[in-house]
Amino acid sequence: MRLLAKMSWLEMKLFLREPLTVLFALALPLLVLFVMGGVFGNEVDAEFYRGIGAMDYYVPAYIALVTASVGLISLPVHIAGNRELGVLKRYHASSMPAATVVGASVVTTFVVALFSAVLLVVAASLGYDIGAPDSIPMVVAAFVLSALLFASLGVLLGAVLPNSRAAQALGVLLWFVMLILGGAGPPPEVLSGAMDVVGQATPLRHAIRTVQDGWLTLDAGLSWLVVGFIFAVATAAAIRFFRWE
Amino acid sequence: MLRNVPVISVAHLQKRYGSFTAVSDVSFHVEEGEIFGILGPNGAGKTTTVESLQGLRSVDGGVVSVLGFDPVTHAAEIRRRIGSQLQESALPDRMKVWEAADLFGSLRPTGPDWHELIADWGLAEKKDARFGSLSGGQQQRLFVALALANDPQLVFLDEMTTGLDPASRRVAWDLIRQIRDRGTTVVLVTHFMDEAENLCDRLIVVDSGRVVATGTPQGLIEEYGGGVRVRFSNGGADLDWLREVPHVHDVARERDRYEVRGDGPVLAHVAAALVAHGIAPVDLRQERATLEDVFLSLTGEAE
Repeated sequence: MRLLAKMSWLEMKLFLREPLTVLFALALPLLVLFVMGGVFGNEVDAEFYRGIGAMDYYVPAYIALVTASVGLISLPVHIAGNRELGVLKRYHASSMPAATVVGASVVTTFVVALFSAVLLVVAASLGYDIGAPDSIPMVVAAFVLSALLFASLGVLLGAVLPNSRAAQALGVLLWFVMLILGGAGPPPEVLSGAMDVVGQATPLRHAIRTVQDGWLTLDAGLSWLVVGFIFAVATAAAIRFFRWE
Repeated sequence: MLRNVPVISVAHLQKRYGSFTAVSDVSFHVEEGEIFGILGPNGAGKTTTVESLQGLRSVDGGVVSVLGFDPVTHAAEIRRRIGSQLQESALPDRMKVWEAADLFGSLRPTGPDWHELIADWGLAEKKDARFGSLSGGQQQRLFVALALANDPQLVFLDEMTTGLDPASRRVAWDLIRQIRDRGTTVVLVTHFMDEAENLCDRLIVVDSGRVVATGTPQGLIEEYGGGVRVRFSNGGADLDWLREVPHVHDVARERDRYEVRGDGPVLAHVAAALVAHGIAPVDLRQERATLEDVFLSLTGEAE
């Protein structure tokens, strides 16, 4: 446990020493927020956004989105890159437990997502008239579950992809598809049949619905179960496929 | 550990990568407290051999024991007790020297203090430097320091002086002797002959996945070094009568420089014969065969 704490702290310091990564993780969600806010405002239109104001819809959606961006992009790039460089091999040869190495990356991802989400909520509250969450415990639970979901997917991608370039390419692609079709971009109501089907299949769609469930008391249906299920499967697969070199 | 039980014993180790056989037949043993060398040209199977011993590779054949454990079934037990300075491996560029030392040191809290370790390896002033900003030699020294962070019984050093300048290599040699003097057995993988000759108590020469020679550096030189060579220079006259001198096999001349080959006390007989003929070259000397000569004759790398 002490080792995990030390490794996590070190990983966080290493993260902060990569200015571009920090910028990507913290500033990009804000940029998207203000662009969308500028375009759509927060007027209620019954046809879109599940019948609520655009910003009331997007803020909880973006909380889920930040967990996706650090989980699907930063985390796999980090793990695959460390394998490529031989960092993982060195840890392995020194009998560093895999749980410590991966755990520290997940902890770092989680903390970064948390910072990013808090920053997002603060900026949104200052910029737009958004309502307070209906249930803070539920929002927190949905955030934690969503962060775990994308962290497990990220570890899986990092485990199976050969190097950081491949991880970057596939991570960004998945993230972008989920952003557009998962409900963090255009309102889900404007997505036509096929796009909506793909959107329904993205983990992000369900992660968004769980956060919105807590924030706005909108029924999330089976999304809580779906998120939990994908998390469990991805974790099992990541443990199965993790390799040091 | 009982006396006389080898720290490492390897019998007919075999390792394939698909259809490529990296190691076809390697056998040797390493005694406690020695510096044991594994020499060979690039691609000979040296790294594959040591990585099999470190529990980083599965093996396809043979019987291997490291500190009494089988590296296939008890890899974790072995890794806890050994130190590994790996050849192709790195640290994150932005990790600082002290952070790495602290991290690897905390794997075994009873191990040596990391401040002392990095000071021993000449990195105290680089404590706050990022790994990526270190020179190749400094990175190598850090890897060795990290390999010692868990106070290992046995340490593997794979091409550790590659990239070091001559002065740093001498310093590294002294430190390797110090590691051994503290009671840690050292396995040294190298392709530098002078390094093996200076450091190793015993060594094997590996070529194309096989052991082609085993022994002490001096023993190998005597066995494979190609006899004694005596050199001197003189006016350029024909000195073929030297062939008649006892212990001399052959005389070669290139302009005014002569090389006399033979075995045993060649130098004394040649000197006496030269003086008797009124020749007293000031540069008369015996060239000692080096491990390099042995290596070249064993591995056919001379071309």
